[in-house]
Amino acid sequence: MTNLRRFGRFWYDFVVGDDWTVALGVVATLTATWLVTHHGRNWYWLLPVAVIALLVVSLRRVSRGG
Amino acid sequence: MKNEALLLLAVVLATAVEMVEALTIVLAVGATRGWRATLAGVGAALVVLGIVVAAVGPAISHLSLTPMRLVVGGLLLIFGIQWTRKAILRSSGYKAMHDEDIIFGSTQVSASEAPRPASFDGYSFTVAFKGVFLEGLEVVFIVLTFGAPQHQLTVSALVASVTVVAIAAVGVAVHRPLSRVPENTLKFIVGILLMSFGMFWSAEGAGVAWPGGESALPVLIALVAGTSVLLAGALRRQHGRVIAHRVPS
Repeated sequence: MTNLRRFGRFWYDFVVGDDWTVALGVVATLTATWLVTHHGRNWYWLLPVAVIALLVVSLRRVSRGG
Repeated sequence: MKNEALLLLAVVLATAVEMVEALTIVLAVGATRGWRATLAGVGAALVVLGIVVAAVGPAISHLSLTPMRLVVGGLLLIFGIQWTRKAILRSSGYKAMHDEDIIFGSTQVSASEAPRPASFDGYSFTVAFKGVFLEGLEVVFIVLTFGAPQHQLTVSALVASVTVVAIAAVGVAVHRPLSRVPENTLKFIVGILLMSFGMFWSAEGAGVAWPGGESALPVLIALVAGTSVLLAGALRRQHGRVIAHRVPS
């Protein structure tokens, strides 16, 4: 493994961790939140609901051995 | 003011738990192979971490508040979910607990088996540097991401430094790993705070106006904490059933 790849891998593991779907879900939800707020709606509940759903799904995947 | 106290509490707990882990490695290597190169490794790691804070901190602080809160809050949220997820998996039995005594023992075995040079001990330097740098990097990340959006970078860095000194002092006094520190509980609390602050700031950065302003933060903390405790309990019961099912009667 080259040093550059090792460096990239380290930061990926450091920030994203074991479950990349969580990071992707957070980015997608923040994008959706940004879009709806810039269309005049204050959907403050969207991020907490999505984060809890992401946590539940991620934990279920581990507990079911997936 | 109350939210700032919570922020500093998170910095103290995160620093304490990471430094307990670093201390185990440093004590194991130092006690097995000698202190000169080990302490040089610790010093070098602290200097590099200090340079990272000094270089990145002001750069983040100069960003405009809204995009900074979106990006930094988002990173904090992803990082916090990781911490909370691991703490839930450990407390429910799906992931092994971090045992400082076992890590201390295995590090001592590796340290005693590695060849000893006649001059400067590069092994001790490298292991101590790596241990302190990698654990410290998480603290630096938390100090930067917690400190920057609230313009509390100096205070966060100072609080983290005092915590590092305090843990080091305890380590020198007891001269063995701090295995009685309830690491997973501390990580659980830190994870909950990281998630809550991350959600609060990143949503604000995306343009959300929280109902009640800053008083929404304690509500988010209660929501995340309550959900996490419920999930940990449910997974613990499920894991217990899985184990009972595997053990023949």
